[in-house]
Amino acid sequence: MVNNVKIEIRGLSVSYGLRPALHGISLDIPARGIFAIIGPANSGKSTLLKCVNRTVEFERGARVRGEVRIDGVNVFRSGNVYALRRRIGMVFPLPVGLPLSVYDNVAYAPRMAGLRDRRALDDVVERCLRQAALWEEVKDRLTSLGTLLSGGQQQRLTIARALSHDPEILCLDEFSIAIDPVTTMRIEDVLTQLKSRMTIVLVTNLVQQARRLGDLTCFLNRGEVVQVDRTAMIFSDRPGNQLTYDYTRGIFG
Amino acid sequence: MNDPVVPAPALSLFRATSFTRKKIRVQKAAGILFGAMACALLVPLLALVVYLVVNAWPALTWEFLTDVPQGGMRRGGIWPALIGTLYLVVFSRLFSTPVGVLAGVYLNEYAKDNWLTRVVNLAVVNLAGVPSIVHALFGVGAFVIFAGLGKSVLAASLTLAIMTLPVMIVATREALAAVPMAFRVACWNLGASRWQTIRTIVLPNSIGGILTGVILEVCRAAGETAPIMFTGAIFFKAVERWDFFPYSPREQCMALSYHLHAISTQVPGVPEPMLYATAVVLLGFVLAFNSLAIVVRFRMRQRKKW
Amino acid sequence: MGGALKQTLQTLRRIASGLSERTIVALIHLCGISAIVFVFGIFFFVFREGSPFLRDIFDFRSFFLSEEWHPTSVVNRRYGILALLAGTGSVTVMAMLVAIPFGLGTAVFLSQFCGRRTREALKIMVELLAAVPSVVWGFIGLMVMNPLIVRLTGAPIGLNVLNAGIVVGLMSAPIIVSIAEDAIRAVPDTYVEAAEALGATRWQLVYRVVLPAAKSGLLAAVLLGVGRAVGETMAVLMATGHSIHIPFTAEAPFFHPLESVRTLTATIAAELGEAPRLDTGPGGIFPVEARHYQSLFVIGMALFAITFLISVTADLIVKGIRRKA
Repeated sequence: MVNNVKIEIRGLSVSYGLRPALHGISLDIPARGIFAIIGPANSGKSTLLKCVNRTVEFERGARVRGEVRIDGVNVFRSGNVYALRRRIGMVFPLPVGLPLSVYDNVAYAPRMAGLRDRRALDDVVERCLRQAALWEEVKDRLTSLGTLLSGGQQQRLTIARALSHDPEILCLDEFSIAIDPVTTMRIEDVLTQLKSRMTIVLVTNLVQQARRLGDLTCFLNRGEVVQVDRTAMIFSDRPGNQLTYDYTRGIFG
Repeated sequence: MNDPVVPAPALSLFRATSFTRKKIRVQKAAGILFGAMACALLVPLLALVVYLVVNAWPALTWEFLTDVPQGGMRRGGIWPALIGTLYLVVFSRLFSTPVGVLAGVYLNEYAKDNWLTRVVNLAVVNLAGVPSIVHALFGVGAFVIFAGLGKSVLAASLTLAIMTLPVMIVATREALAAVPMAFRVACWNLGASRWQTIRTIVLPNSIGGILTGVILEVCRAAGETAPIMFTGAIFFKAVERWDFFPYSPREQCMALSYHLHAISTQVPGVPEPMLYATAVVLLGFVLAFNSLAIVVRFRMRQRKKW
Repeated sequence: MGGALKQTLQTLRRIASGLSERTIVALIHLCGISAIVFVFGIFFFVFREGSPFLRDIFDFRSFFLSEEWHPTSVVNRRYGILALLAGTGSVTVMAMLVAIPFGLGTAVFLSQFCGRRTREALKIMVELLAAVPSVVWGFIGLMVMNPLIVRLTGAPIGLNVLNAGIVVGLMSAPIIVSIAEDAIRAVPDTYVEAAEALGATRWQLVYRVVLPAAKSGLLAAVLLGVGRAVGETMAVLMATGHSIHIPFTAEAPFFHPLESVRTLTATIAAELGEAPRLDTGPGGIFPVEARHYQSLFVIGMALFAITFLISVTADLIVKGIRRKA
């Protein structure tokens, strides 16, 4: 069981200036499978993800204490932050197509990591676009601007890009709020296919999405972990915690 | 009896009374007044350009541009001054553009919100406000004397470069700030370093604004006189016609702006059309480049990628 | 074997790009602080050239409060810049009489009274007005305004405060227009909408709501315009008429716009070329002294101080607006 833990979070506290976002939380996220994190707004879900790949350091006035260990190595002590980030794919709420061609969007991360070989890049681009269920739609216009795609396409492009450096961990932060239900479903299918190969951390404010996809679900409230359990348990009639029950039933949140 | 009757005053709200009529008259008068003020400011520009061109017309020939001055500046053309201005502009750009762009990158991308950044910003504001003649004094003290460059193209160019630096810094900073933050965050999450992000995403997408800054700087550098008067401009230098490399960086050079000043205040008996023609060439150069900047900006706005 | 070679090459390239990245980032930081270095450099080098004068014969009263500027006189050498200050002051006041009403008026017109297309067109014109080189303005003062003023006013010479004031006013108007327009645009829309909902006309809106709300921004715009006018060199050099005297008297305390003056900037520009940096020593018929040269740098320091204060004040005002918004 110990070997199976991918991300260990120990006593993680984050505050932005005087405003605390996370209060010393501890979590074990197992390798492979979908780990869903639910919770109301401002509960620290996004901050948690930013700590995993250390982009929290770009936030103004952010102070971090505690540890995030990936495969036993504390990310805040890792020497090469860029290599660290390449092990983690990140998808944000709003789709961001870089102002580059579709091809260059997906090839961006491998190129920045030093991959120059045209054929290898072609392979990466095709594989990732296929994985993100976008290949069929864009294969004929790989050279057009990524920012000109529709919102749903851009979000899948973002996912393809997040997969382009072959990450071990894929973090998604409320990926579905800016896209239509049909696209959401397609991306959810993609995630269920991917979960056998990588650790997926899914932050969502749609409890039903967590219920559909999550193998484990964690309920976060006001910067503290309320409950972590098998998804079925969290959404059962007796999750063992009144707060969780209330939140999943929509009584508060 | 309970019918909602519209009271009489409410109806008359929509009818012009003498009071509202007066209000509208005042409003119109204000519009016209301010419009007239705007015109009063801008019409002279047009009138002056026309006046200058009309007076310059007899002397504005191809010969005038490509010939060298003769007869103690009273005949011939302005070739050496044109080339000298070109030298000064190019040399000052070589220094000021990279430094200005990198400084703008620093301020927008790297600077943290601390006292150092505040001091840098204050310094930029101040540098922009320093009078050109003080820049000239600085150029004399620092480059001509202290650095031992003497009066030369190099000293004058460096003086011009420092004078135009704040324009470049501010233009770059604003161009960079127009690139959405989300692009940077996306790149950082993909494992790109700050500089990689800047090089691949931020700079390519702000190149229009930076280019506009460069063009405006060229205008400024070409038009300035005071900073080069004592650091490198010379009254006359014998130059062959069509000689594109008449000056070495350690020599003094002629410059169009200084030439205009010299022939209009220090040389008696220069035919008026020649004076006007020199002014028109300088003005035309500057206005043309400025229009170019406007066109670039306009095109960039149309070709926005997001 | 080939694979290993490729691997090595790639590693090498990565190290090289890492190194070059570190170099460029260091360079960026260096350039970032260059502005500070240059501002200090300007102060230092101007001070350095002027320091012997400050050390040996500078005295506040006789420098700032005397109107006798005879730096090259053999028997009665005097370095008093009061007349030059008065020249700068009178040209600046004249310029502001032109630039403030027309500049602010144009800013109000641009932001409140005209459509988008007109505004774009007028803004381009303002930008072009700002681009006209100062030596061309000086030329206009000399060749166009000079005879015009003589004809219209009957003054004996057209190179005077009026001439330079109009020219410098036209030069500093664009900066006033652009900053004042920004300030007016920064007035929150909610103010405007609230006033419109109460039935105010455009003019009432401008007069009662927009201008009061934007007043510190307008003040900053005017200050920067003043800074521009004080620092202007070539135009005043060519259009003021080079007469060192105070253009007002005890009987008529307002300056006379038709009198010729000489400003601080023009004095430096006109005399630096003839002032030798080093003493030629005793002997000769006209023993020249480096004092003159040094005194010009002291004037430069005074100008630097004036514009420094103006820029900092204007910047503080603008920053204050931004913080409130």
